[in-house]
Amino acid sequence: MSSDSPAVWADGLTKRFASFTAVDHLNLRIEKGEVVGFIGPNGAGKSTTIRMLCGLLRPSEGRASVAGFDVGRQPEEVREHIGYMSQKFSLYGDLTVHENLRFFAGIYRVPHRDLSERMRFAISMAGLEGREDALVRTLAGGWKQRLALGCAILHRPPILFLDEPTSGVEPEARRRFWDLIHELAAGGVAILVSTHYMEEAEYCNRIALINGGRLVAMGTPSELRQRSLGGDLFEIDCVPLGAALKALGTAQGVVEAAIFGDKLHAVLGEGGLSAEELPRFLAEREIRVGSVRPAKPSLEDVFVRLVSTTPETRAAS
Amino acid sequence: MNIQRLLAMAYKEALQVWRDPRSLAVALLMPLMQMGLLGYGVSLDIKHVPLCVYDQENSQASRSVVDSFTASSWFTISHTISSEAGIRRAMDRGECAAAIVIPVDFSRTLSATGSAPLQAIFDATDVNTTNIAMGYAQGVVAQANAALTARWAASHGAQPSLVGQVDLEPSVWFNETLESRDFIIPGVVAVILALVGAQLTSLTISREWERGTMEQLISTPVTPLEVMFGKLIPYFAIGLLDAAFCLAVAAFWFHVPFHGSVGILFVTTALFDLVVLGIGYLISVRIRNQLGASQVALLLTMLPTTLLSGYTFPIDQMPAAIQVLTYAVYSRYYVTILRAIFLKGSGLTDLWAPILGLVAYAAIIIWLAARAFRKQL
Amino acid sequence: MMAEVNEIAVRVHGLSKSFGSVQAVRDIDLAVAQGEIFGLVGPDGAGKTTIMRMLAAVLRPDAGEILVDGVDVVAEAERAKLHLSYMPQRFGLYEDLTIAENIFFYGALFGVPRGERIARSQELLEVAGLLPFRNRLAGQLSGGMKQKLGLICALIHTPRVLLLDEPTTGVDPVSRRDFWAILYNLRESGVTIVLSTAYMDEAERCSRLALLHGGEIRHCDTPQHLKAAMPGALLAIASAHPRDVREAVSGKPGVLGALLMGDRVHVRVDDAGRRIPELRAVVADRGIADAVITPAEPGIEDVFVALLGEEKPHELR
Repeated sequence: MSSDSPAVWADGLTKRFASFTAVDHLNLRIEKGEVVGFIGPNGAGKSTTIRMLCGLLRPSEGRASVAGFDVGRQPEEVREHIGYMSQKFSLYGDLTVHENLRFFAGIYRVPHRDLSERMRFAISMAGLEGREDALVRTLAGGWKQRLALGCAILHRPPILFLDEPTSGVEPEARRRFWDLIHELAAGGVAILVSTHYMEEAEYCNRIALINGGRLVAMGTPSELRQRSLGGDLFEIDCVPLGAALKALGTAQGVVEAAIFGDKLHAVLGEGGLSAEELPRFLAEREIRVGSVRPAKPSLEDVFVRLVSTTPETRAAS
Repeated sequence: MNIQRLLAMAYKEALQVWRDPRSLAVALLMPLMQMGLLGYGVSLDIKHVPLCVYDQENSQASRSVVDSFTASSWFTISHTISSEAGIRRAMDRGECAAAIVIPVDFSRTLSATGSAPLQAIFDATDVNTTNIAMGYAQGVVAQANAALTARWAASHGAQPSLVGQVDLEPSVWFNETLESRDFIIPGVVAVILALVGAQLTSLTISREWERGTMEQLISTPVTPLEVMFGKLIPYFAIGLLDAAFCLAVAAFWFHVPFHGSVGILFVTTALFDLVVLGIGYLISVRIRNQLGASQVALLLTMLPTTLLSGYTFPIDQMPAAIQVLTYAVYSRYYVTILRAIFLKGSGLTDLWAPILGLVAYAAIIIWLAARAFRKQL
Repeated sequence: MMAEVNEIAVRVHGLSKSFGSVQAVRDIDLAVAQGEIFGLVGPDGAGKTTIMRMLAAVLRPDAGEILVDGVDVVAEAERAKLHLSYMPQRFGLYEDLTIAENIFFYGALFGVPRGERIARSQELLEVAGLLPFRNRLAGQLSGGMKQKLGLICALIHTPRVLLLDEPTTGVDPVSRRDFWAILYNLRESGVTIVLSTAYMDEAERCSRLALLHGGEIRHCDTPQHLKAAMPGALLAIASAHPRDVREAVSGKPGVLGALLMGDRVHVRVDDAGRRIPELRAVVADRGIADAVITPAEPGIEDVFVALLGEEKPHELR
């Protein structure tokens, strides 16, 4: 693989199962040292794409290259050059930290002379120095997860696939985990994170949003926030919320309205109701309005907006 | 107990059985297969049994007997030999399944006394074939008798009613305690019922634990009794249906003689059904995964029912200690009752003891089952 | 603007539960007002599920009192079950029954008369958008539809208190939003909702939160108050080189923490007014020209990390 070629690229990647197209002409490019979030609802085609990129499924059409190897023609080589870790990553609870590492080193055929150094690295990365002989099942979640990451990179893969790596983990542990991920990326590893949790998406350099097997949007989190909403987001403090939501649903220029905590979130598009007119509009419908203020859209706002404008999702959810 | 909840529970359970191919197969196909295997696996319709003939006399009378065998489609003469050892050899090689020996003084004895012995030997390694062949042999001899009688009467000028008979003296080799189909089949009903009933119910609670539906279920006001009876109702019905099917096949297809009361049969079958369902349910409550529950159910039903109920091995031939143990085996009572109703036509006066045993067993099991299930994680 | 606080729907006092040597829940006190959406927030293993199970009367506490709608849950578990409804974390419905059959079954168990059951299920199915699928087997539904069906079964007897254990785990954001819309509607009709979640972003939608850690409630307040209680202030530094930015600001005076996100760095400082100009100078010195520093609103996750930190590596479960 030459130094300027991307770590992962896919061109028109397609997978059909009988009459159902799971992945539909997907184009993707991940540079070395980049952390890309692969985001989409269940059944959007995330795992099918990842399976193709890992050389586990043959594409029906199109091509993809991972670490310089063609996924259709050289699946074995592809598999040797990737690391994979999921939330359900299978560490053996009844083996010790050391024994788990040894086992995975064997699986990945880590050369004997590198073994002790790589294992030391994995242990220090997980922060488990001095606990090498502890049974893995006695470790708390965050530690287990960092150890799983350590196991997945024992063979120094240039590309790492992470599947919902931190859902349900302590916030502080999640932050430490993402620090490690960014450290690996700084060392040139390309990382693809598939998830539908926006909390994990926020940590990615770029986000690829997939729905109905197609790439819907791609960009940095900020870019997506700015351009996808179709208007400005406002937070409205009012009572009762249900009636307000109904009223806004029919109002002109309201692109989207949803209840969020004690308040309403509404996206106001052009040429309709303005933020200044909002309090009066609601008051006329016997809704008491406390305040209306601009809000920063969350990635979830973006996601919901983009996905609900592509027809495939509704049928799938 | 609330009737609405009970019925909802039973209806739900019935739907689930109906939609689960595995349960359906156990409920409907297993009895069919077992009865079928038993009936046809041992070849009910026997023709051309190879017969070895040792005619020591070779007289007109003896030849007429042999001719009767030849004429029937049931037997084919495979060997005509001249020594007793030849029979043994032919049977050892499997070349004949039966032999007749006509003694040297056959016609003399017949003329003198009006009756003569005819020895028939059967290879009883295959009990059922032997049974049937014996029946056929008796039929053939009866025909031969008629012919002989007519001739003897004509030559002696006597009334046919006074004439003698050829007496068939069957002797069975290799399996002295010959067991008959009539004896086995009623027992099979018990085995099937125990197997089907306990298998199906052993899955019902463990399945809910395994699939994660139990947590939701116990968060509702449903009571443990409603859960138990609701779940057992569909399986109870399936059990009775299976039993009716098996009993009908036994009586009408295999023609096992039925002399007893249908009412007693129904009541005792229902009691036995209750016992096996209760055992399956108890297992299911205790063991929270389907595989384990199913295996334990197999162990607790098949093993004692086949070995200790008297179904295959006569209880009176077991060692005394084991005989005592059989009183703890619920199928013992049912098998005893079944046989007595079928073969002897026994009524309540003869059967009160095993029926009482079954009632006691059912009461204890259901009491235990009702207490076993707790609405807690 | 919260609705007027009225009577207490769920009251918990001194609640404890141990499994073997592991104390899962330690001496918890709670009071949830009628009409609240109360969130138990914490990572996996914090004790959320154990608390929910005890509230739902399916698990006996070792010690403590629980009153739901005035009924003593510990002493009168069966009577309490008529007032509350519980949706376990794992989908608890029968996958081999249809939507309609599941609803009918649970309606019967809760003693809802037949006619009422039909009318109410019709209404709930319509609200959830499941009416066209009523004869589909539950096992053939998507994650989002399953959650909605679970909710319908839990609502068929019009409970006063609804207990939801991680209701949106594994559900994509679009379905999650639909789900929350239903919860808000319920709340307006006076139903009290207690839910647990491991997602900090979801926690913001609750009217009040309890932050759980190691089986204890460490903080309990509205999301706004919790955010206000976070020591220091949060700044976002957006840049195309977030790694460099973090390196530059880490360890500088007044910086309490720096978190690398996909395209920015979140920096917690002791005093925003004072530190913004200082940090601007720091990043400029590093030669990062595109950095933009703005005050950022902290999320619940930031609050959680700031207040609680991380667990011990050897925490036995």
